Amino acid sequence: MEKSRRNFIKVSALGVGGAMALGSSWNLVNASVFDSSKGEEVLSSEGKKLKRYPTYCEVCFWKCAGWVYLDEEGGIEKIIGNEKDTHCEGRLCPRGTGGVGMFSDPDRLKTPLIRVKKEDGDIFQEASWEEALDLIASKFSGIKEKYGAPSVALLKHGSPGKHFEHLFKAFGSDTIGEPAYAQCRGPREEGWAATFGGWVGSPEPTDIRDTKCLVLIGSHIGENMHNSQVQEMAQAIDKGSCIITVDPRMSTAATKSKYWLPIKPSTDIALLLAWMHVIIYDELYDAKHIEQNTHGFEELKKHVQTFTPEWAYGHTTIKPDVIRKTAHEMANAAPAVIVHPGRHVAWYGDDTQRGRAIAILNGLLGSWGKRGGFYLKESISVPKYPHPKYPHPKWDWKDLAKDYPMAKMGLTQEVIRASIPSEAGEHQVKAWLVAGTNLPKTIPNKAILKKAMEAVEFIAVVDTMPMDIVQHADVVLPECTYLERYDGIRSAANRTPSIALRMPARKPMYDSKPAWWIAKQLGERMGLGDYFNYNDYSEVIDWQLQQMGSSLEEMQHKGVKNFPRKSGSPYYQDGETIKLKTNTGKIELYSTELAALGFDPMPVFTKHPEPDPGFYRLIYGRAPMHTFSRTSNNANLSDLMDTNSLWMNPKTANVWGFSAGQEVYLKNQDGIISEFPIKIRVTERMRWDSVYMVHGFGHSNRKLTRAFGHGISDTDMITNVSIDPIMGGTGMRGNFVTFLTEKPEEAES
Amino acid sequence: MRYGMAIDTLKCVGCADCVVACQTENKVPIGYCRDWITETVDGTYPLVEVELRSERCNHCENSPCVRCCPTGASHIIEGGIVLVTPEACIGCSACIESCPYDARYTHPSGHVDKCTFCHHRVEKGLNTACTSVCPTHCIYFGDLDNPRSDVSLALKNRKYKALAPEAGTGPQIFYLI
Amino acid sequence: MREELFVSGRNLPNIDPHLHAWHWPIPVYLFLGGLAAGLLFFASYYTILGKEKTMPTVVKWAPFIVPIALVVGLMALFYDLTNKLYFWRLYTTLRLESPMSWGAWVLMLVTPLSMVWVATYIKELIPSWDWKFPIIENTIEWFAKYRKVMAWILLPMSIILGIYTGILLSAFNARPLWNNSILGPLFLVSGLSTAAALIIWTSKDHAERLLFSKIDLVLIGIELFIIVHMMMGFMAGPSVQLEAAALLFGGAYTVVFWVFVVILGLLFPAALEIAELMGNKIPVAVPAIMVLMGGLIFRFVMVEAGQITRYLY
Repeated sequence: MEKSRRNFIKVSALGVGGAMALGSSWNLVNASVFDSSKGEEVLSSEGKKLKRYPTYCEVCFWKCAGWVYLDEEGGIEKIIGNEKDTHCEGRLCPRGTGGVGMFSDPDRLKTPLIRVKKEDGDIFQEASWEEALDLIASKFSGIKEKYGAPSVALLKHGSPGKHFEHLFKAFGSDTIGEPAYAQCRGPREEGWAATFGGWVGSPEPTDIRDTKCLVLIGSHIGENMHNSQVQEMAQAIDKGSCIITVDPRMSTAATKSKYWLPIKPSTDIALLLAWMHVIIYDELYDAKHIEQNTHGFEELKKHVQTFTPEWAYGHTTIKPDVIRKTAHEMANAAPAVIVHPGRHVAWYGDDTQRGRAIAILNGLLGSWGKRGGFYLKESISVPKYPHPKYPHPKWDWKDLAKDYPMAKMGLTQEVIRASIPSEAGEHQVKAWLVAGTNLPKTIPNKAILKKAMEAVEFIAVVDTMPMDIVQHADVVLPECTYLERYDGIRSAANRTPSIALRMPARKPMYDSKPAWWIAKQLGERMGLGDYFNYNDYSEVIDWQLQQMGSSLEEMQHKGVKNFPRKSGSPYYQDGETIKLKTNTGKIELYSTELAALGFDPMPVFTKHPEPDPGFYRLIYGRAPMHTFSRTSNNANLSDLMDTNSLWMNPKTANVWGFSAGQEVYLKNQDGIISEFPIKIRVTERMRWDSVYMVHGFGHSNRKLTRAFGHGISDTDMITNVSIDPIMGGTGMRGNFVTFLTEKPEEAES
Repeated sequence: MRYGMAIDTLKCVGCADCVVACQTENKVPIGYCRDWITETVDGTYPLVEVELRSERCNHCENSPCVRCCPTGASHIIEGGIVLVTPEACIGCSACIESCPYDARYTHPSGHVDKCTFCHHRVEKGLNTACTSVCPTHCIYFGDLDNPRSDVSLALKNRKYKALAPEAGTGPQIFYLI
Repeated sequence: MREELFVSGRNLPNIDPHLHAWHWPIPVYLFLGGLAAGLLFFASYYTILGKEKTMPTVVKWAPFIVPIALVVGLMALFYDLTNKLYFWRLYTTLRLESPMSWGAWVLMLVTPLSMVWVATYIKELIPSWDWKFPIIENTIEWFAKYRKVMAWILLPMSIILGIYTGILLSAFNARPLWNNSILGPLFLVSGLSTAAALIIWTSKDHAERLLFSKIDLVLIGIELFIIVHMMMGFMAGPSVQLEAAALLFGGAYTVVFWVFVVILGLLFPAALEIAELMGNKIPVAVPAIMVLMGGLIFRFVMVEAGQITRYLY
């Protein structure tokens, strides 16, 4: 396709490709993708003979292992947690239980689609797999020839991403980005690394079940259904642990908390510094631990000297006595205390420093490697299936992220920026493969994303659903759902190492294919067949399992295998010296790494912009029954919640004369108006200076029949992005909205 | 033998997993539910009390639905479980009108439907689907007459309430508060 | 501020956001059942008193409406069933605790009996009527001899039927607006009043009309008296009943209840009837139709509003 404006396909009008050879695509699969004989027969509770297949969930990324039960007709009846799995203890969350809705969704992508240019707008035409794969392979190969392999970028998430990562590295491109880093967890990982010498990782090694005090800062366990954490929080509640929640909104966790600190948004660092102040100046720390395991205590003590609770009160609106009392609660519980690192932490642009402040607080309290604090996780490594060495790319994501010295993963927004010729430097991105991530609902500042999508020469999208991103694709490949495919072995770091298997429970519906197959087909078409030396991915898994002393057959019956720990106790003994990979080998209260890079070695509080009169800070979060925009069209889950609402304090509603249930449009500080209206929820659970909505709604693709036009996409409202100078995280909480009762006419599209 | 349920409102996060698990276990059609989550918010910011509850048929001891049913389709079986026989239900909706908990609905195939306490599972000694799936373990099920059952133990040392006891129906679902 | 919401997305058709499981057929049926009960009551009462000759409309003509009203009412009821194929299950059991069950049985007895009653008079209405089959002719003639016996059966049956239309609702303790013991008598009186109105409207006999105007006035008086009692009961009741009554005092059903039921359906026709009794010329149809409409609207209000009321917890 020549370099031309790629318009957005509103309704993917379908014309059937003339040359499409029906059925031929299935022949491309030379091995059995699906073998129904492998399921294990079990008796249902009603005495019916059911078959069950092991899987691990893909509805979110906690990856709980479970069993897929098929009814007598071979339909998927239910999905139940695997009782041996440490991620779920036999209990899936609503999304995992409702994962069947992902499979049964009639709106699924059913066949490959190719964009066809028409005078009155582009349309998608149904295509065969050969046509679609050939087209992508030739485009990518052409761009490789013309600009070099790194100009083809991969933007991905989840299990399919892994298969394409292999393809891209074999192809010679490491221009790879994942929104899970710069848009989500990245800042806390680098803040943690600067303090403890390593990432927190997922699942977080928080020993919540044995904690005496759990501190949540904008982290809403219970609304984020990170399964084992929710289960452990319930255990902690049972034991009467003290929970302290810092959140401008009374989150579900806040309703379970002994202390709810409805902080003024953007002032968390002030609170954290004041907590440090109290712990240090009230001498609530364990002096022996500080002496033995930390570096830079005296510097920190001096640094926080003036950050008294009274000082913090002025910024945070949290009363000094509450700050003192909560600091004492933490110290009394220490070391069985967790100041949770949070998960989506890309808020204000100083997020690495906030992550650092949280890490420092944990360092002061001595919770690292302690029962009730953070356990020492262990995982088992899955051997790499043999393949030729990856070529060394001429440039890669690191070159795009070079302004951010601590970036440890591709920054999606930088890959996107490098796709706009006028913005890109010497390294230009010319084509994308987008797999399993719905960029328009993930990447803030839609104008840049749109520009990039229009500028790149070619976009291929792999997804199971007609997400918004699909509307921008040149070729769309329908991936089958996680219930219909093999994927890589799940090996997770937990208290004990474990692995889990995902195998197909059903033959893929429609003309959809597993990502490993798509990657292999593309690889073979681009002369990379050596990297895909197998007919079926089950061969890879079997080989890996054999190396680990198991087998595919064993795992097909067990689903999950737990291994004994090899690294000893998950906790340090009393008085034992903590071993870390920081420069000093100790917990760096004063970061030598940040100091060397010219950043503040200890967190400082900076005031962030506040909303103008009539504007309110936009805060977004999660609902327990949804995983962002992935699930908003899932019948089982949209049945529980089919739209988001705008949480608003009754005072705010009063000022505006709004009533509960009324619909409004939002306009942000840059004049961006929401595409759809949103219903107001008038609630005392919200601060008056902010409004809140659940992320992931407001789909603009009409092909999503349940989700289209339901609610607002908070991402559309986020145009002011504060980039974290340390690692490139995109701070998204500095956006303010006001309300419109009607959509101005010129804004209507 | 008297089946009952205790639900810990202090642990329930309102995730509605119980609702999905019930839908898949009992083939409840999309758009309907046999159990649901209610949230109540009291107070004024920042002094706010929130209660989250998983609700369903209360399997009342003095069941108005059974009393009002003209055909005997609604009936009580051993253990106090209130059931509806679809082939005996004429769909007059009298039971729906009679339920203070609005726990019944008309199934798209015509008969009235509601929570069965998963009696097909309970018969085999299993827990109800909602109990087995709850990520916070906030649902306790069992025989209220057996002092060592999960539900009796849960009720033993905690304060609890029932919903609308003043309706006089003798609900068998208790909320730990 | 108190908030109560479903977070599971509960959205049961006809249950949420408020109960609406019973639709228009129910109030229509309750109206027709009450009307039929009233007509049968008057017919059997005056038969027992031996006034067939002097009160032909009450005893002979008006009852022709009864089987029609009952059949239409039953058809409405049947229409509202969601599992229609199993309707016969009503008659495989008798459940005394269920008003609907004994209501069904009472209807099972009253409907054919009312048809027989009408049949015994059909030749008086249509002299040329021919039963075609002698066996029917003979059977009807046989029944005609036992009209008094039939009247003795129908009298209590009609009272049960009239009360039943109210008790059907009041048996539901889940709906505070319905759950009061006076609803049965209220519906009975209202049914009798609508029947009286119909008799006034259809009767050509001045004495009969005059008598029923008086009867209707008394009935309207009793009805108003019971309504006031019911309201007093609500006002003295627990919060759920206060909230139920609030629907009629400032709530969504205030205008329709006070204007259309009480004023236009009871007070205004009563005033017209008094005026007529005092010798003013009033077209008889006007108060009669107003009473009938008032009775119908009354049942709509009670059924619709009652379904909104619930226990709050």
